[in-house]
Amino acid sequence: MNATIAAGAVRTATPPSFGSNLATVAQRELREAVRSRWFVLYTLAFAVLGLGVSYVSAAGSGGSGLAGFGRTTAGLINLVLLIVPLMALTAGAASIASDRERGMLAYLLAQPVSRIELLLGKYLGLAAALFASLCVGFGVCAAVLSFKGEGTRVASLVWLIGLSMGLALSTLSVGVLLSVLARKASAAVGAAVFLWLTLVFVTDLGLMAGTVAMRLRVEQLLALSLVNPLQVFKMWSLHAVDANLDVLGPAGLYASEEFGGRLHAIFGLCLALWSVVPLAVAAAVFSRRSPV
Amino acid sequence: MISIQGVTKRFGRSTVLTDVSLDVLGGGSVAFWGANGAGKSTLLRCVLGLLRFDGRITVGGHDVLRAGKHARMLIGYVPQELGFYDDLRVDEAVRYFARLKGIAPRSVDAVLVGVGLPGQGRKRIRELSGGMKQRLALAVAMLGDPPVLVLDEVTASLDACGRGEFVSLLSRLSGTGRTLLFASHRVEEIAALAERVVVLERGKIETVTRASDFSGHLGADSTLHLTIRADARDSAAAVLRSGGFAPRHNGVGLLVPVRSEHKAAPFRLLADASIAIDDFELLTARSTPGHAHTEVHS
Repeated sequence: MNATIAAGAVRTATPPSFGSNLATVAQRELREAVRSRWFVLYTLAFAVLGLGVSYVSAAGSGGSGLAGFGRTTAGLINLVLLIVPLMALTAGAASIASDRERGMLAYLLAQPVSRIELLLGKYLGLAAALFASLCVGFGVCAAVLSFKGEGTRVASLVWLIGLSMGLALSTLSVGVLLSVLARKASAAVGAAVFLWLTLVFVTDLGLMAGTVAMRLRVEQLLALSLVNPLQVFKMWSLHAVDANLDVLGPAGLYASEEFGGRLHAIFGLCLALWSVVPLAVAAAVFSRRSPV
Repeated sequence: MISIQGVTKRFGRSTVLTDVSLDVLGGGSVAFWGANGAGKSTLLRCVLGLLRFDGRITVGGHDVLRAGKHARMLIGYVPQELGFYDDLRVDEAVRYFARLKGIAPRSVDAVLVGVGLPGQGRKRIRELSGGMKQRLALAVAMLGDPPVLVLDEVTASLDACGRGEFVSLLSRLSGTGRTLLFASHRVEEIAALAERVVVLERGKIETVTRASDFSGHLGADSTLHLTIRADARDSAAAVLRSGGFAPRHNGVGLLVPVRSEHKAAPFRLLADASIAIDDFELLTARSTPGHAHTEVHS
């Protein structure tokens, strides 16, 4: 397989396949993420806050102690909305830019590995790390609730993990795009945090302000909500848990009445687009940009 | 083995390489010499397919832009300074890069012993010195026994002792029919490793010369390499000639063959003429590896 030479003569060697390189890079990325402090801290924070949310939701409903997982779900949705995009955006933003900054990117690309293999491998490795983090966080939460004798609705848990993963994949794509565009890791992570703030707070406030100031029609309000992957996640989670979007106001009511059973497909398509399009743009930019 | 045809590289409006053409046959050892910004590292990065450029480069018949993976399978690369993942253990790093090259090293320990890092496999990379990191980079470069080694100022970050040891290691490992392409600012490296020297100036090949001619011993005991600002080099050369020396330009300064009893004289002459010397090296010993079948032409 390997080339050996005599002076002036070369036997060609076959480089590793696309899948092999993808797996190698992804495993390395997963291992680095699992060893890193951010992974452990985010996972711990997620589990601890999840348990906290259970107490709060129980108190809110007049009960005492830990709430069952079904009732906790609504609280967890808000927790996921805050933590998961932050995890994914910052992890993605640091991925390529930090390698470029320490000279590692050029060194990696000097090996028989293509740019697409490297980018996708990193994306998959980070996605696996995020999935592990979500499973650990939700799992600890569910295990403790079960141990305390509260019922755990497995279907809700699985839905929530799946949708959280969809949100993670879409925001991870955006983070990777920021990482490809930025020269320095600090700039990429800074942009990621700014974007997170924008998606979490400014968009909500902006929608409210827009509704009042510009007298947005309900369908326009829904369309604007679908532009934000966090809003998509929120609507989809509520729809999946109790199939009722009334709590989201007129836009939710409109969505339920107008689209009904097609909402799963619409929300899924939105998150899929948020996952694929930024990653495709990142790949296009990365394939042409100097790694130095 | 390596064919560089009409390569031009621009960064925005700045042209870093202009129509560079060069063929290096298998087993050849070629050094790129020139001032900072002359285009040495850029040319090496083009050979690795890291940068897009106009023109064509093939390694072992593979176009580095269209079949980059195949071309890079034939290349072991050592950069100026390695930015390995610090948390990785040395043996993990070797295994990781071995997998990227599609090989399974029989024994990581044997690989490390080969570059003078015995028993270092369990160490974290952050615990290694600069010299040890360069040895690790060389170990990774040699994985799979690639027919081409590309080295980009690999001793620039090492101290004098580390430089000597590393060059000696390189000389031993590369002198086995491997094609060697490297950039260097140091004459002693060129003397020890290169068979031919390509002098680059402002992105163009100025001259191609035999390494034995490059440092110009001319019967002298040793050679002084004086780094002098470009605008003062001609007047410095004139001063030295008037003092009975035979200085030669080499891209970043002057090479002055001197006898051992006259080593200080060039400094005195230039000081008297108020010409500043930015840096110097005294070259006293060299060896040229006997590579076969080398052809370099521009």
